[in-house]
Formats: sequence, C-alpha cells, structure tokens
Amino acid sequence: MNAKVVTISSGKGGVGKTTTSANLAVALAQENQKVVCIDGDIGLRNLDVILGLENRIVYDLVDVVEGRCRIRQAMIRDKRLPELFLIPAAQTRDKSAVSPSDMIRLCEELKDEMDWIIIDSPAGIERGFRNALAPADLVLVVTNPEVSSVRDADRIIGLVEAEEKGPAQLILNRVNPALTKRGDMLSTDDVLELLAIKLIGVIPEDESVIVASNRGQPVSFANNSKAGQAFHNTAKRMLGEEVPFMDIEANNGFINKLAKMMKFRGD
Amino acid sequence: MDNFLEKLFGKEKKSANTAKERLKLVLIHDRTDITPGQLESLKNEIIDVISKYIHIEPNKVKINMTQEGKEHRLIADIPISSTPNRRK
Ligand SMILES: Nc1ncnc2c1ncn2[C@@H]1O[C@H](COP(=O)(O)OP(=O)(O)OP(=O)(O)O)[C@@H](O)[C@H]1O
Ligand SMILES: [Mg+2]
Repeated sequence: MNAKVVTISSGKGGVGKTTTSANLAVALAQENQKVVCIDGDIGLRNLDVILGLENRIVYDLVDVVEGRCRIRQAMIRDKRLPELFLIPAAQTRDKSAVSPSDMIRLCEELKDEMDWIIIDSPAGIERGFRNALAPADLVLVVTNPEVSSVRDADRIIGLVEAEEKGPAQLILNRVNPALTKRGDMLSTDDVLELLAIKLIGVIPEDESVIVASNRGQPVSFANNSKAGQAFHNTAKRMLGEEVPFMDIEANNGFINKLAKMMKFRGD
Repeated sequence: MDNFLEKLFGKEKKSANTAKERLKLVLIHDRTDITPGQLESLKNEIIDVISKYIHIEPNKVKINMTQEGKEHRLIADIPISSTPNRRK
C-alpha cells in the first residue's frame, strides 16, 4: 500500500473542514479503504468528538512526535468501521509542538499500511496549516458560497501552489439551493469561475450534519441524508470514479459540463 | 440612473451578482498584491511618463486589471488628444 495524503484546508475558520475530514474518512472506509485521519488542530481538537471517539483517547499526535509512544498506540480504531483510524490532536499544547518535517516523517511511516491519510488542517495560514500542508499529496480546499470564505480560499489556493502542492481541488460546503435559486447565494458556477480550480464535491446545507455531530456519528455512516450522499459522491470521485454532480450539487445542467472542463484542464 | 431604472422596474441587482462582481476585483488585488491606491499611483506615473512624449487627456485614462481563468492582465486605455501638437 502507498497511502495518498489528503489535506483538508480552508483559510477561514468554521467552514466545515472537520466535518468534511470526518465524513470523507468514513465514506472512504465504507468503500473498503484503509483510512487514518489526523487531527492537525493542536490545542483545539475536534475531530475526535465529530467521529464520536473522544472517550478512547490515550495518546495523541504530540506524544508520537515527542517519542512517548509508537504511532500504533496513538491510532484509535473505529469499532464501527475496522479500517478507520484516528490520530487525535493534543489538547493542552500549541501548534509549535509539531513541525512540518515531523508531519512528513509521520506520514511516511503510515503510508505503507494505509490507503488514505486525511489531515484536518486548522484555520489560518500559520504553523498549523504549514504542518498540515507539508506531507500533502492533494489539498482539498473547503469553502462556503459566501464572500469572505471564497476570498480566504483563494489565498489558500495561492499558497498551496507556491508550495508546489497544487493544483488544489474544491469542496463547496453549506450550499443552500433555495437561496441560490433566488439569487442571494453565489452559485457553484460563480465560485468555480472566481477560483478557477477543479471541483470535487458540493455539500448542501443540511440539518442532519448538526444532529450527526450531537451523536458523534458523521452523516456518511447512513445514506439517508443529502449531505451524506454528497460526501459519498465526493469520496468516489477521490477514488477516480466519474460521479455526476447530483441535483442539489448542480444549480443547472451547465455545471456538470463546467466540472468536466475544469477536470480536463486540471490534470 | 441605472440603479433608479432597476428599482423602478423592480429589477434590483441580485445580491449574489453583487458578491461575484466584488469578489472578482478583490481577488485580483489580493493575487497581484496591488491595492486600488497603488493602482491609482501607477496610473498617475504612467500619465506623467506618456505625457512627456504624447499629448494625452489625463482624465480619460483608464487602467484596469482583469482576470480570465488563471490569467491576469493590466489593461490601459489611453486616449490621445484630438488636437495633436505636430512638430514643425
Ligand atoms: N453542510 C453543513 N450543513 C449544516 N451545518 C454544517 C455543514 N457543514 C458544517 N456545518 C456546521 O458548521 C460548523 C463548523 O463546522 P466545522 O467544525 O466542520 O468547521 P471547521 O472548518 O472545521 O472549523 P474550524 O476552523 O474551527 O476548525 C459546525 O457546527 C458544523 O456542524
Ligand atoms: Mg475544525
């Protein structure tokens, strides 16, 4: 095995990086992939609660980096999906406890055993983001169809390119079709045109995401929510499948064509 | 005037369109690291330099940045004075 390292980033906080990391990890694991997700948000860990694994933490990322335990010991195996693991962030330390080269070393060690390494990046463009970016083979930028989020995404896309980790791909999250329809929300086409990158997922605004976080059971575990389906479609695209963008994902037929075009140009 | 007509016919610009137009400009300035103020000084310096050689009308000069896909362009529109000062 030779895992692909995927870093989930955004620039702006609160747009859905942790939600996306958890759901893509679950969706990929359901496709029989071996997946480990790493919480890169040291000091503000959350991936553990979103995945419902918070009670099982013994060691964390900083313990591994500082040699207090082996990687295996810090990997929490999800009992619901035996091929899914989490390496939690430390809660009482800050981002400077880990360096970009620590992250590269860690991922190198994990690569042999895994298909996917998903890194949940913290908001911002400082150390935590640099740590998450360093080992990345692919960067997925999460954005909401909203001005400040799109602007920050553009900064991240530029930084990713400058570090020669590009081209990044886009996940548009919290799309509200009713708002888009009445012209009060940027459409997927608008955002793609502005950011000029390849689209890999469109996730609707969905109450089930909040219910799921209450329960510690990401929406992707079940197939009965629109957001869950959208995450599964995104995971399939990561696996190289051609999955058409579903209705909520597309505001009109044009978008699928556009997505194909971007793909054609993207790689 | 445009705005007045739009309101009169109940066709106020959709907020998503406004967002898109604003973002287009913001992203160009972010990417090129040039502020609108710097663009204005750039324009004034260009006017000074060109005026040394050609008669132009400073208040009709337009300098804009545009984007098409990943390409950015600085577009200058510099009308030459209609009464050319021909050298004898
Ligand atoms: N598609 C969605 N529909 C509804 N709510 C959502 C959706 N995506 C995310 N949320 C909600 O938005 C909030 C922020 O999400 P999340 O924690 O994943 O963002 P983040 O980018 O990781 O934030 P931070 O920058 O703080 O790490 C959460 O309350 C989450 O439940
Ligand atoms: Mg987060």
